[in-house]
Amino acid sequence: MREITCKKITAAVKELCIEAAYYLPEDMKESLRRMEENEEHALGKKVLGDLLKNLEIAEKDMIPICQDTGMAVFFIELGQDVHITGGDLEEAVNRGVAEGYNEGYLRKSVVKDPLERENTKDNTPAIIHLKMVPGEGFKITLAPKGFGSENMSRVIMLKPADGYEGIKKAVVDTIISAGANACPPMFVGVGIGGDFELCALMAKHALTLEEQDMEHAPEYARRLAEEIKEEANRSGIGPAGLGGGSTVTGVRIETYPTHIAGLPVGVNICCHANRHASKEI
Amino acid sequence: MKTLNINSPLTDEQIEELSCGDYVLITGTIYSARDAAHKRMYEALEKGEELPFDIKGITVYYMGPTPPRPGNVIGSAGPTTSGRMDKYTPLLLSRGIKAMIGKGKRSEKVTEAMIENHCVYMAAVGGAGALLSKSITSSEVIAYDDLGTEAVRRMEVKDFPAVVAIDCRGNCIYK
Repeated sequence: MREITCKKITAAVKELCIEAAYYLPEDMKESLRRMEENEEHALGKKVLGDLLKNLEIAEKDMIPICQDTGMAVFFIELGQDVHITGGDLEEAVNRGVAEGYNEGYLRKSVVKDPLERENTKDNTPAIIHLKMVPGEGFKITLAPKGFGSENMSRVIMLKPADGYEGIKKAVVDTIISAGANACPPMFVGVGIGGDFELCALMAKHALTLEEQDMEHAPEYARRLAEEIKEEANRSGIGPAGLGGGSTVTGVRIETYPTHIAGLPVGVNICCHANRHASKEI
Repeated sequence: MKTLNINSPLTDEQIEELSCGDYVLITGTIYSARDAAHKRMYEALEKGEELPFDIKGITVYYMGPTPPRPGNVIGSAGPTTSGRMDKYTPLLLSRGIKAMIGKGKRSEKVTEAMIENHCVYMAAVGGAGALLSKSITSSEVIAYDDLGTEAVRRMEVKDFPAVVAIDCRGNCIYK
């Protein structure tokens, strides 16, 4: 049985927090560049140019891409033959978040209680989704989530009869109502099937997928992703919601078996800075 | 695209000149305040208390920055969603705030209060916090220090870029 120390986990988490806040994954940058080239609306093109400049400044001067450095959301794939030593996993992750957000000059955006709203001052606790997998691996993915876009996300419990068109309409309606609040051009994660909470979780996880990961998805999901993007880009919302044809940079979809009576759909909206970073220990 | 250089605080004449869709470069003094500071200001005014700083004529920026690195005046400093301030805004406009900077739509009540009090609402690019921080030349916490990132800051800005989203006649870029 392989042993992994909590110390190692804390160090990895700290690095991920800092990396994700300053460096956007290359495929995200590339899709913004393509949109800037193709945008015909003058103000929309200017905003996209500003967003690209913003990414350059973030890396060069070490200023976070966005002041909302998010709530720290983790997807951990823990091999069942791994033994974690020297403490408890959740504490190790939270310690890494506190260290990363302090030492990385990141904003502390978490309040202790949803109503009393006192800041915890170290951005903990994180949100941790743990999945047990075969083997001796330990993979940790951080997707820090800003709430301008999180607030515009939805779970819609459709009827089976609503079908493909019903899903498409629900997702596009969510994107349009998100508008400028979600800092478009948006990146959209969709979860179809499962139940109430799983469709939301799949939608969030879908934000961490690259385009080639969709090859494993059903054929209709790939078509749906393309059609949602095209329809949203005809809405005229545009970059920063100030007009133009660049409203959605990408759509990723995950699916899961569901109940005979249901068709749950989760839509997790993310801004143009779809930040995430992964590490294997 | 019309570009205008404007000074903050804005004069009534300047506000009159601005139209929905104008691109502006703001120079002068602005104040940061977001959710928690708005709630506090609103509750103080409702109780008939004085505010810890004078809001007459000011420009407020809905923003909570990341901490500055040593040697920088501020960290990443982009706009947050303005709609969350809507509940508090009509009262604050009636007490003197003249200009707002944020992102996204406002409620009907805010638009009505803007027309009544002759105010302007400008949108900065959401998610461009690193770029926007370059237009901020000084920053000082002046109230509600205990709120951390949500404290009120007085900031000097130079050529801070924004777009007029709702003008003093109620025309809105998001419609």
